[in-house]
Amino acid sequence: MFSHIMVPVDLAHPDRLEAALKTAADLAGHYGARVTYVGVTTGQPSSVAHTPQEYAAKLAKFAATQAEVNEVAEVASHAITAHDPAVELDRKLEEAVHEIGADLVVMGSHIPRTFDLGSHGGRVATHTDVSVMLVRA
Amino acid sequence: MTDTTPDQGIPEPEGDVDLIETEYDIGQDNIEGTLGPFGFDIHNPVFLISGLSVVAFVAYALLAPNQAGEFFGWLRPALTSSFDWFFLSAANIFVLFCLALIVLPVGKVRLGGADATPDYSYAGWFAMLFAAGMGIGLMFFGVLEPAYYFGTPWDDAPLGAIRPFDADGNLIAANVEEARRMALAATSYHWALHPWAIYAVVALALALFTYNKGLPLSIRSAFYPILGERVWGWWGHLIDIIAVFATLFGLATSLGLGAQQANAGLEHIYGVTNSTTVQVILIIGITAIALVSVLRGLDGGVKVLSEINMGLAVLLLLFVLFAAGAATILTEFGKGLVAYAQEVVPLSMPFGREDDGYREGWTAFYWAWWISWSPFVGMFIARVSRGRTVREFITCVLIIPSLVCILWMAVFGGAAINDMVANPGTSAVMANVIETYSPELSLFAMLESLPFAAITSTVGIVLVIVFFVTSSDSGSLVIDTITAGGKIDAPVPQRVFWCTFEGLVAIALLIGGGLASLQAMVISTGLPFTLVLLVLCVCIIMGLRTEHAAVKGTAPAE
Repeated sequence: MFSHIMVPVDLAHPDRLEAALKTAADLAGHYGARVTYVGVTTGQPSSVAHTPQEYAAKLAKFAATQAEVNEVAEVASHAITAHDPAVELDRKLEEAVHEIGADLVVMGSHIPRTFDLGSHGGRVATHTDVSVMLVRA
Repeated sequence: MTDTTPDQGIPEPEGDVDLIETEYDIGQDNIEGTLGPFGFDIHNPVFLISGLSVVAFVAYALLAPNQAGEFFGWLRPALTSSFDWFFLSAANIFVLFCLALIVLPVGKVRLGGADATPDYSYAGWFAMLFAAGMGIGLMFFGVLEPAYYFGTPWDDAPLGAIRPFDADGNLIAANVEEARRMALAATSYHWALHPWAIYAVVALALALFTYNKGLPLSIRSAFYPILGERVWGWWGHLIDIIAVFATLFGLATSLGLGAQQANAGLEHIYGVTNSTTVQVILIIGITAIALVSVLRGLDGGVKVLSEINMGLAVLLLLFVLFAAGAATILTEFGKGLVAYAQEVVPLSMPFGREDDGYREGWTAFYWAWWISWSPFVGMFIARVSRGRTVREFITCVLIIPSLVCILWMAVFGGAAINDMVANPGTSAVMANVIETYSPELSLFAMLESLPFAAITSTVGIVLVIVFFVTSSDSGSLVIDTITAGGKIDAPVPQRVFWCTFEGLVAIALLIGGGLASLQAMVISTGLPFTLVLLVLCVCIIMGLRTEHAAVKGTAPAE
């Protein structure tokens, strides 16, 4: 059914991702799919990394840890640099779906609040042609 | 920029950099959470103290308007007349410092690591730094300043230049050439190398310590070489709070005064009533467009608007150029450049001058003004300058904007002076700048002397408004980043908050009075910031030396 699962991750808050990571790993096992972990960073230093290169390295390490902890057979990581991630995140994720050729997106999502300026998961689902699964934290 | 890293292990850094090792994690002092329906991620002391002190100062200006007006109305001229020598000397140091960086070997250092690639094209980059840094002033002073120096009857001509009019307002033909030359040189002096050197120092310091040293994008980071780990404590909080304060008040007061100017223009051309209601509507409109811009982000909002802005400004410039006679005006530009080169040294001499009215009233005021805006403009320039070498950076932030400003002044000032010389009795410029001093109408008065005045004046008003939007949106991003401890991906509602807050402060001051006195206060922050900027020059040298040494150890990247 699915051969390539994309999992957007926020390295600043890995604890909020547990449920999504677990689900992605289970689905990957079930379908024999590979998993690519996608993260968005900035040119400026952030709480996660000082440079985009350091970020890419941390993301790669994160993917390797997932392969071990959640027993995923084939993992990869994909780091994206954005000028203004607070507003560009959704678009960057949509681009990544096509760039890496994923056919399923599994992402963590919080329960909607009244004045959310838009749900990342919801936007990705309405702007791409692949299946999207939102996992509530 | 995208790269897939399927392999693990330590990646190749993007060329050599010399990261500063610090125990500080970006965002470690931040509070994250949700307030009702909104998420937030703020630097605790900086966010709260800057927010509350802004409210306190607005309350003071509203509750005791006379006292505040008197105090700040006294403070600014007192500072500029006692410390004019200090402002002038410091600005000269910044220019020499920047020019030295272009030729010294450390100019090879690339911001973001030896192999980093620029984030923005030259056009987009230039549009953004220009629109944030100077735009609005060019609209306001482009006609006013050259026309004023040319015709001033108040004994404050630069370097005691001769007057082209006698006591009855009759033209003295023999003096015109020299007075025009000095008017253009003196105006260019305020808009060319010196202000841009001030911005360049702050911007370079921030870019260097952010992109090459790995410290958060915040004013305090540039002080790391001097203060060490103390920058993460109260020293740093203080620096950041003052920066937020100067930026927010600088923007809010300019927004209020800008609304008054736009209203004056609308009244002049369309007969729209000049009232507080119209001005409040203008502020709400400007803030609303700025809000859309910050919601669309740096690339989709701020950059697009800056480019539209530049396009409109170029159109207006070309129109005035051709309508006022391209050949004459371009000769004027050539003469302006020569005059600037000849007079910049005498004009920037801090001691032994007699022209107090010009030196204290104009030059020192401008220097204090540019310096009080430098944290905001510098931080914004730094944000969009990753991937440039120091040499390229200084050339583009110092030399090119200087040439553009001299051209602008030659075109707008040249056209205005031509009108004053051609019709000394009936010229609208003469009437609005010299006879009755109404600075906000000077641009429209000049446009009246050219064809299609109704259309070009409308373009002029639109430009004034869009220039405010581009300052307001980039300013909101800067304040948001500083108050989030250097994080540039803080939740979107935060930048909405700052953008709205700025508009509200402007409206409160407009209705209650106190715009001018608070602007005087912002300009007064220029004095302590001048010291800070001098320290920054030392920090830049310290940072560049280690960086250059790290890069020299390997083969050249270019």
